[in-house]
Amino acid sequence: MQPFDYIVPHNFAEASALLMAGNDDTRPLLGGTDLLIRVRGGFIRPERIIDLKQLPGMCDIVRSAEGWLVIGAACTMNQVAGHPLVRQEYELLAQACESVASYQLRNRATVGGNCCNASPAADSAPALYCLEAVMEAYGPSGVRRIPIHEFFTGPRCNALRPGEFLTGIHLPPVPSRSAGAFNKLGRTKIGDISIVSVAVWAEAGSRKLEAGGQSKHPERVDGATRTAADGQSKDAERLTWRIAIGAAGPTPLRAPEAEAALAEDASPEGVARAAQLAAEAARPIDDIRASAAYRRGMVAVLARRGVNSVLARLGAAPSVVGGQP
Amino acid sequence: MNHTIHFTVNGEPFTLSVASHHTLLQVLREQLVLTGVKNGCEAGECGACTVLMNGEPVNSCLVLAPEADGATIVTVEGLAHDSQLDPLQEAFVAAGATQCGFCTPGILINSRALLDRNPDPTDAEIRAALVGNLCRCTGYIRIIDAVKAAAHAQREVQP
Repeated sequence: MQPFDYIVPHNFAEASALLMAGNDDTRPLLGGTDLLIRVRGGFIRPERIIDLKQLPGMCDIVRSAEGWLVIGAACTMNQVAGHPLVRQEYELLAQACESVASYQLRNRATVGGNCCNASPAADSAPALYCLEAVMEAYGPSGVRRIPIHEFFTGPRCNALRPGEFLTGIHLPPVPSRSAGAFNKLGRTKIGDISIVSVAVWAEAGSRKLEAGGQSKHPERVDGATRTAADGQSKDAERLTWRIAIGAAGPTPLRAPEAEAALAEDASPEGVARAAQLAAEAARPIDDIRASAAYRRGMVAVLARRGVNSVLARLGAAPSVVGGQP
Repeated sequence: MNHTIHFTVNGEPFTLSVASHHTLLQVLREQLVLTGVKNGCEAGECGACTVLMNGEPVNSCLVLAPEADGATIVTVEGLAHDSQLDPLQEAFVAAGATQCGFCTPGILINSRALLDRNPDPTDAEIRAALVGNLCRCTGYIRIIDAVKAAAHAQREVQP
């Protein structure tokens, strides 16, 4: 590898100052499973690598006072997938993290790094879109919170500003009656990069949606109230659906029309229609892994599988009886 | 730029001066001459460089040498104890689960970690655990057989 300096900053301000001073010749390091490959391949030639893993909280998963789950940016895929609170309440994210590469790679690869690389095929991202995660960054102007759908700005582009780095991923509380399913296609059944992926999430109750299908700014969501109201509000039996698509657009994408259609009609016909609407929300390209047409077709298939799996998990009648998955 | 790291490899403590841009793989092979750790793809795909870092398998080609400061590392050279092969090594020999041998150290290390966290894995669990270890000679049937045999042998000893 091209020589570079390796620096462990002592605190957040020092880390930010180092990144700010260095511009493109200074790179932050979390798991390194993407960064080191790009350095070795000569795609980037950093002079300094700033290891952020030892900063306070970066490797911790904690419940905040407001009931949110806070995942430190340097938590590994295996750490997140195996955490009891993730498995109990955000199992969709565990499914997505467990689908990444191999077991030993997941011991290094981090959820934060997966998002910061901002590959359209980042497998943790569709799950985080469905869970309406809020990304917390630290930078020269202090702490900034960015909704996940604003964090991904294009292929390999994120919303971080010069001197900023991701510190944590904040997940709003979820009702106990909720379920998710992550499905992806690769060249092999497990371990490969996604050709296309779809995450599906449903939870009891409904929330007001703004234009574009994104919920209101998560900072204004009172998580504790939502949890307390779980199962008691009169619309508790109404399901709110979220569908996010990976590797079929410049960023992960939500499919708001499909989500709204499912809330109205989750019969087998409704599921088929929603799956088609999800495919229409995709913005795929032709590349070495697949054609745009194949990706779009597979979004419909994976969306249908995901919705049926979620319905089954929630105890609703599966929309395909005795048919293909 | 060089860093001084303190770490434990196969039970023995070391203090080394390592370059910032060298990997744990390079340090193990070139500075400690533990050539059982293989350099395959250098991209985290093949698993030939797998070692245990604090008890968990990692691709040592994707760990920077200074990141190993304070870590406990086990390589394939550390699996046998007092001239007694690990049950996995015995099973690989008995099953003929090795041909050219290049992938074997990484597979042994990764399988060791698997059996440590799951003493009775199913075929599917073994396949999932070893998805990051590529073998280009034998295919995987005998490797999976050997892991199952080792799990069985281990349960006989420690029921």
